[in-house]
Amino acid sequence: MQPIPQTENQVRLKEPSLGVAQFIRSLSAIIWKDLAAELRSRELLSAMLVFALLVILIFNFSLELDAQARSTVTAGVLWVTFAFAGTLGLNRSMAMEKDRGCLDGLLLAPVDRSAIYFGKAIGNLIFMLIVEVIVLPVYSVLYSVNLFKPGLLLVILLGSIGYVAVGTLLSSMAVQTRTRDVLLPILLFPLVIPVLIAAVKGSTGFLQGAQAVDIRPWINLLIVYDVIFVAVAFMVFDYIVEE
Amino acid sequence: MMITVRKLVKRFGLKPVLRGMDFSVEPGEFVALLGPNGAGKTTFLRILSSLSRPTLGSVSIAGYSLPGQAAAVRRRLGVVSHLPLLYGDLTAEENLRFYALMYNVAHAEKRISAVLDMVGLSSRRRDLVRTFSRGMQQRLAIGRAVLHDPEVMLFDEPHTGLDQDACQMLDTVLREVAARGRTVVMTSHDLTRVADLASRFDVLSRGVITASVQRSQMDPNNLLAFYRQAIVEA
Amino acid sequence: MESKPRMLAILDIVTILLFITAVAMVFLYAPLEAVMGQVQRVFYFHVANAWVGMLGFLVAAIAGVAFLRKGDRKWDVVGMAAVEISFVFFFIAIVSGSIWARGSWGTWWTWDPRLTTAAIVELVYAAYLMLRQGIEDPDRRARFGAVYAILSFISVPLTFISIRIFRTIHPVIIGSGAAGAEGSFDMTPKMLQTFMFSLFTFSFIFADLLWHRIRLGQLADKTENLRLKVLQ
Repeated sequence: MQPIPQTENQVRLKEPSLGVAQFIRSLSAIIWKDLAAELRSRELLSAMLVFALLVILIFNFSLELDAQARSTVTAGVLWVTFAFAGTLGLNRSMAMEKDRGCLDGLLLAPVDRSAIYFGKAIGNLIFMLIVEVIVLPVYSVLYSVNLFKPGLLLVILLGSIGYVAVGTLLSSMAVQTRTRDVLLPILLFPLVIPVLIAAVKGSTGFLQGAQAVDIRPWINLLIVYDVIFVAVAFMVFDYIVEE
Repeated sequence: MMITVRKLVKRFGLKPVLRGMDFSVEPGEFVALLGPNGAGKTTFLRILSSLSRPTLGSVSIAGYSLPGQAAAVRRRLGVVSHLPLLYGDLTAEENLRFYALMYNVAHAEKRISAVLDMVGLSSRRRDLVRTFSRGMQQRLAIGRAVLHDPEVMLFDEPHTGLDQDACQMLDTVLREVAARGRTVVMTSHDLTRVADLASRFDVLSRGVITASVQRSQMDPNNLLAFYRQAIVEA
Repeated sequence: MESKPRMLAILDIVTILLFITAVAMVFLYAPLEAVMGQVQRVFYFHVANAWVGMLGFLVAAIAGVAFLRKGDRKWDVVGMAAVEISFVFFFIAIVSGSIWARGSWGTWWTWDPRLTTAAIVELVYAAYLMLRQGIEDPDRRARFGAVYAILSFISVPLTFISIRIFRTIHPVIIGSGAAGAEGSFDMTPKMLQTFMFSLFTFSFIFADLLWHRIRLGQLADKTENLRLKVLQ
């Protein structure tokens, strides 16, 4: 075995504050890592997708939907689906870190804790958006509903951001308890209700071609929620991971 | 002093695990920290590695104190625990690449190749880590830990779960790591493992250091007796 | 063994007296409401309970912030006590609200903003308690409890606002309401007095129970401490 060659320009020369560059670097590294790992195993996405499609199928059998009823119910069905599939993704994403001690690996690195939070949260968001992007056309086809309205896509994006912001925070807590998987939905759903309500009402508004003035309050609520909780997460995450 | 610990107390809720420990390590020393299960070795190592905060007392590594200057400490620290801290769905080199980014290692690709060479895993660099045996994962874990060329290395019972061959490979790597003048603290409850490696033996019992002896002052054959006595004295 | 501090003993007596007076006022002093009859008397306790239940939320959130900043276990005990007590108070509020609904509108439950928010708050309290139950390490338990208390304190008002934008049939007696709110009634001065007194009484009950529960928590800690000492 060879002796280790000297490494030049070691980080130790840059003292001691962590710059924005490092923040972004570590954030991107975490996102890249999650995407690369998922690309290999496809466990997370396939679980979320299959689950989402099953939920939609179950809705078909449990709710008698004629064309008229469908337009009022579609948004609700979609969001319930996303909410439940979302918890699967959140759980798996954090469990992956916890199981092999990788969370420690992340915490040992000289990076800001919030970089870890944002890295995981953005990764979770990407997975959720992928699932949504696939579910929407499937639902469109199955129920002959046109879901490709830009307003609707905006609402889905804003809603997913809020959901994932709080979800990532809570899953990093839940994963450290005994009751892990079961606990996340219990913790998450009560807190995420404003998102669900606003998203469903906003989505319905866009689907039924309602007036902009009616839809505005819901979009505003989503934006307010997203901004508040991302800010709070930034402040609170340290306390969750520091022993 | 590379590592200085004074009057370290750690309580979990109301239960004390470390009760006013004093511990110092000079640069370049290889300290074997021995002790029975439950003595607090892992807790202590977690505090040194900045993963856990002291309840009372002071800890400083390479001149930086914990927990206040944790980031500066982390940069200079390499940690190997009995969990591999590796991502099973990534290849060996992808794992190292990830950590190279996290630690902002310069000339990452060159460094990664060098490290893989050192731990004898160059031929498996494109293989997924979940296909590795435990021994190989442990060696890669050491590679991960030295990637950023840290001054201080902490090992928490690294030989756990390895068979004889794997242990010997590990020891070779450990010697390599230590030979570069690094400061090493290794915990173990298996004396035979550390007898050849360490330059100093400390015993942690009931939350305090009860004995400390340099290799030069002691006949390695008496290690077991020395250890037994240090436990009883607590 | 510490005995009850004098202040607490006095508070106990004052609280009991207040409560007896409040009950008397509700049944004897306040007039019979024209439309609803006796059922309307539930109103005095219902609102008081709800108000106090929300108080617990506030206390828990403040205790949470204090704990995270200072690390003093005392705050964790306060937060836990606040949630536990509010859990019960809010349950009473929901049940009494249900009785009211039966009397007013003939149904046990309505999905109007306040009742719905109340149900959600109750679930949040339950989630908090379940979270704590699933953690062994006391420090982590305290930290996570604090974080969840803070998060829920921020989320619940948003929940209320979002539900409020729906139309409501919940009586809007205090504060502005959407057009078409039914079931409200005008309060005579005597009713108002009874109402305010109820509110006042229940605040006392909350404080009294909170103090007791905090003491209980602290004594539990002490016992644990002694037990550990003995085991060595």
